[in-house]
Amino acid sequence: MNIFSELKKSLIVALWFVFLTFPIMVIRVNTIEKIIEWRWRNMLIIAIGSFLVSLLWRYLLTRKQTQTDSQLEKRPLSQLIFEEPKVYKPILVLIGLFVVIFPFIFSSYQINIMTTALMYVMLGLGLNIVVGLAGLLDLGYVAFYAVGAYTYALINHHFGLGFWTILPVGALLAAFFGILLGFPVLRLRGDYLAIVTLGFGEIIRLILENWNEFSFGPSGIAHISRPGFMGINLNLNESIIYLYYLMIFFCLITIFVINRLQNSRIGRAWIALREDEVACQAMGIDKTKTKLTAFALGATWAGMVGVIFAAKTTFVNPASFTFLESAMILSIVVLGGMGSIVGVFIAAMILILTPEYLRAFSNYRMLLFGAVMVLMMVFRPQGIVPNVRRFYRFRRVTSNPGNLYDKSS
Amino acid sequence: MLELKNVETYYGNIKALKGISLFVGDGEIITLIGANGAGKSTTLMTICGITPARIGDILFEKKSIRSLEPNRIVSLGISQVPEGRRIFPLLTVAENLDMGAFLRNDRAEIQKDLDYVFTLFPILKKRIHQQGGTLSGGEQQMLAISRALMSKPRLLLLDEPSLGLAPLAVQQIFQMIQKINSENKTTILLVEQNAFMALKVAHRGYVMENGTITLEGPAVDLLKDERIKRAYLGL
Ligand SMILES: Nc1ncnc2c1ncn2[C@@H]1O[C@H](COP(=O)(O)OP(=O)(O)O)[C@@H](O)[C@H]1O
Ligand SMILES: [Mg+2]
Repeated sequence: MNIFSELKKSLIVALWFVFLTFPIMVIRVNTIEKIIEWRWRNMLIIAIGSFLVSLLWRYLLTRKQTQTDSQLEKRPLSQLIFEEPKVYKPILVLIGLFVVIFPFIFSSYQINIMTTALMYVMLGLGLNIVVGLAGLLDLGYVAFYAVGAYTYALINHHFGLGFWTILPVGALLAAFFGILLGFPVLRLRGDYLAIVTLGFGEIIRLILENWNEFSFGPSGIAHISRPGFMGINLNLNESIIYLYYLMIFFCLITIFVINRLQNSRIGRAWIALREDEVACQAMGIDKTKTKLTAFALGATWAGMVGVIFAAKTTFVNPASFTFLESAMILSIVVLGGMGSIVGVFIAAMILILTPEYLRAFSNYRMLLFGAVMVLMMVFRPQGIVPNVRRFYRFRRVTSNPGNLYDKSS
Repeated sequence: MLELKNVETYYGNIKALKGISLFVGDGEIITLIGANGAGKSTTLMTICGITPARIGDILFEKKSIRSLEPNRIVSLGISQVPEGRRIFPLLTVAENLDMGAFLRNDRAEIQKDLDYVFTLFPILKKRIHQQGGTLSGGEQQMLAISRALMSKPRLLLLDEPSLGLAPLAVQQIFQMIQKINSENKTTILLVEQNAFMALKVAHRGYVMENGTITLEGPAVDLLKDERIKRAYLGL
C-alpha cells in the first residue's frame, strides 16, 4: 500500500475533525466575564488524536482486506471447535460445572445479574428465530416481552394465580399477539417491516403507560409473587438461587428447541425464504404461514421471558419495555452472529454483564455500545461466532449417499 | 390437463398478458416460445398463482385454479422450475431437494422419488452435501429440475432450462426432459428462447409476442413455418 496517500488521507480526516469540533472544543464563551476563551491545546489534541485513529483504522482495514484474500479457505475457529469432540466436550463439561456451582461461590448480587443475563440469552435466542433464521427484522420485539410480563403481573394481581399456571398463558398470549401483528405486516418487506414492528412496540408501551384502569399506568404493578417451588415458601436468598437454576433450565430447553428447529424442515424453509421467496412459492411453501410461524414462535419466547421477568423483579412498569430494550436484544443477535446459538450466548453475556461490572463508565455506556457495534460491523460482520449450520446429514449417509432419511428415525 | 382461457395478468398497471388462451393435453410436451419480454415467464407465474391472473380462467384437470394460493396449486400437482434456476445457494443439494418435497410427508415415497432423480442426474448424488451455490450452471439446472420433481408433479413447468448453459449441457437437459415425459407420463410445459431445440422435443408449440399468442400448432409444422424460421430460428 502507498504510505504517502494513506498519510495524506489521514491528514485530511484530522483537518476535517478539527474543523467539525472547532465550535465545541476550541471556542468557549464565558458568559460571566463576557470573554471568549480560545483553547488551542484541545485543537492540537484532536488533530493528533484523529490523525492516529484514522491511520490505525486504515491499517486495520487493509489488513482485513489482505486477510480475507489469503484466508478465504480457512474455516472459522468456532467450526473447528464444534467439529472436534475432543475439544468441545471438556469445554462443555467445564461450563456445565461452573454453571452448577455458580450460586455457591458468588453473592446473590452476582447471581441476580447472571439470571438477568440468562434472560437476555433467552430473549436473544427467541429473536434469533425471527431475525437470524427467518430474516425478518423485528424492532418491536420488546412488545411481546411486555405482553408476557403484564399477563403475569395482572393475573397475579387480580386473581392471585401462580407463576407456573401463568407461564403458558403468557407464552400463548404473546404468540397470539405475534400472529395478530404478523398477519397484516408480514406482507411487507425489509425496512417496512422494521418500521411497523417498531411502531407496534411503541404502541404497546404507550397503552401500558396511559391506560391507567387496565395497567396502572407509569406507576406499574408491584408485589408480584415469585415462582413457587412445589408449595414451599422460599426466602429471598433461596428464591434468587431458585430463579437462577430455573433460568438455566429454560435456557437449556430453548437451546434444545432452537437446535431442533434449525435442523427441521421448517427451519430450512425459513432460510430458503430468506434466500428466494419466489422459488419458495414455486415449491409450495406458504410464504405468509411460514413467516408467521417464525414470528409467533419468537413472540412465544419473549412472552415466557416476560413472565419470568415479572416474577423475578416482582414489579413491572412500562419503563422496562422501551425501544432501547428491543435494540439491546437485537444487538445481542447481531453481535453474536445471526442464527448462532453460542454467539447469542456470548453476546448476551458481554452486553449485559460488562455494563454491570463497568459502572464507572456508565455515562459512556451508549457511546461504547455504538462504537463496538460499528467496529463489529466493519471488521466482523458475521458476528462473534458465525453460525455454523449443521447440514442436513443423516447417519446412514456414509453407507448410502442417496439416502435422504435415516430409516431408523 | 391444463387450459388457460383468455388470461390477463398485470404488474401494477402494466398489462403483461393480454388475453392468453392455451391448452396442454395429458402427457404432452408443449413449448411456449417467443422473444425476451413476450410474457412467457409471466404465463408460468400466473399458472402457479405467484402473479395471479386478473381476468380469465385457468383450469387444471377441469377445475379452476385461478384464485388458489401457490401452495395449493403445487399440492394439486403443478411444479415450476423458475427462470434462472433459483436454487437455494446456502442450502445443500439434499436440503434443496427436501424443499421440493415440502408439502409431502410420505418418507418412503419421497425416498423413491429421490432415487429416481438420482438416476436421472447421477452427478447430484455425488454432490449431495455440497451447497447449491457451489454447483456449476448445468448442475444447478439439474438440481432445479430435480427439486421441482420432488413434489411429484403431474404438470411440470420449465422456464428456459437452457439459459446460460454450454451446448453439451443443453443437450443433456433436453434429453432428460424427454425422458421425464416418457417415463413418468409427466406433462411438460416448456418455455424456451432456444426455439429450435424446444420444437424438436415438443409435440405442439405456441408462439408468444407482446403478451399475446400469435401462432400455434404441431411442433413439426412450426419448425417449417417461414415466419418462425425468420424470427426465431435465424434461418
Ligand atoms: N416483476 C415485474 N414487474 C413489472 N413488470 C414485469 C415484471 N416481470 C416482468 N415484467 C414485464 O412483463 C413483461 C413480460 O415479462 P416476462 O414474462 O418476464 O417475459 P419473458 O419471460 O417472455 O421474457 C415484460 O415487459 C416485463 O418487463
Ligand atoms: Mg422469461
